[in-house]
Amino acid sequence: MSDKVKVIAGLLIVFIILSTPFWFKGKKVDHTPVIAPEAKKAGECVLSKEYMKREHMQILDVWRDTVVREGKRVFTNDKGKSYEMSLSNSCLKCHTNKKEFCDKCHNYASVRPYCWDCHIEEPNEKESK
Amino acid sequence: MKKNRRDFLKIACSSALTLSASPVLSLASDKKHKEGQKESYSLSKGEKAIEGKRFGLVIDTRKITKEISEKIVNACHKTHNVPNHENHKHEIKWVWEEDYEHAFTDLENDMLSEKLKDTPFLVLCNHCEEPACVRACPTKATFKREDGIVLMDFHRCIGCRFCMAACPYGSRSFNYKDPRVAIEETNKKFPTRMKGVVEKCNLCAERLAVGEEPLCTKVSEGAIVFGDLNDEGSQIRQLLKENFSIRRKVHLGTYPSVYYIV
Repeated sequence: MSDKVKVIAGLLIVFIILSTPFWFKGKKVDHTPVIAPEAKKAGECVLSKEYMKREHMQILDVWRDTVVREGKRVFTNDKGKSYEMSLSNSCLKCHTNKKEFCDKCHNYASVRPYCWDCHIEEPNEKESK
Repeated sequence: MKKNRRDFLKIACSSALTLSASPVLSLASDKKHKEGQKESYSLSKGEKAIEGKRFGLVIDTRKITKEISEKIVNACHKTHNVPNHENHKHEIKWVWEEDYEHAFTDLENDMLSEKLKDTPFLVLCNHCEEPACVRACPTKATFKREDGIVLMDFHRCIGCRFCMAACPYGSRSFNYKDPRVAIEETNKKFPTRMKGVVEKCNLCAERLAVGEEPLCTKVSEGAIVFGDLNDEGSQIRQLLKENFSIRRKVHLGTYPSVYYIV
């Protein structure tokens, strides 16, 4: 087998080309959402942190449909605490830093929710300025 | 050690199986974990929410002046982030002023009294009992609530404008342009809309949910009365009993819930 060297060399070149993204990967991107002081002060979200981390989109979907379709606007969690079901008026009241909280992770995961085409991004803008 | 083809394939296959099994297994266990963690919560209406069977309005045109009608339009449009486009073709309106001739095309009268000629008629979505727009909407973005309000789910509107063609009152407007550029002062408590959706009056569903009457009623200085048309004891029914009232284009069979005392 006289082509042995050529084959191995070719394989090596292919391997190097395929693995270039790993050689040139940049520094690690920090995508951890920053918890705003208001949210820290509140201490808890509407549901457990683990649930919200993984399934906040599900609960937002439930909120959206119940508010618009059924006209129900009050959410009571398992601890008996009630909240108004509203993205801008409830969620962002604590999570005042949309850019550091929502966007940071969404950008990293390349998720582009269209919530903000209509819902106000910074309901507290005036107060924070 | 000499390996034959058969042995090589055996080892390759079994190792591939082992490698692919672990992610599948971990996914399965994750799913179990997910299902086990079902959160419990309840969804309800606010304590103060105004409830009814067929909400409607009575507009007493005898009491409405130019100033009042302007005030109502401004208040409504400002609160609901209705854009004010310069180009008339892009106009968005939830409530607006119309003259008798154009509001009541089926009640045409060539000898109309002077007074009616000058009266501003405030027109808006009629929250019909048999809404044509709801029938026309292919995505059920427009629907009739249990309390009679014909509401829009802007999330679901695809902008086909069938509802606009169906509505005999012209109560619906289409966002040909991004509405945000034409909103002078945004009310941050209320969302805006986006380019490509239809919008219209929502009979202040967001206010009814917290026990407040629609905004037009509030700022009308008594000229507009809101209430449940199904409730015989309500103020709105009393008014209709005592006064002669008309509705827009009744012959079409949409049964509008907005009445005009003339």
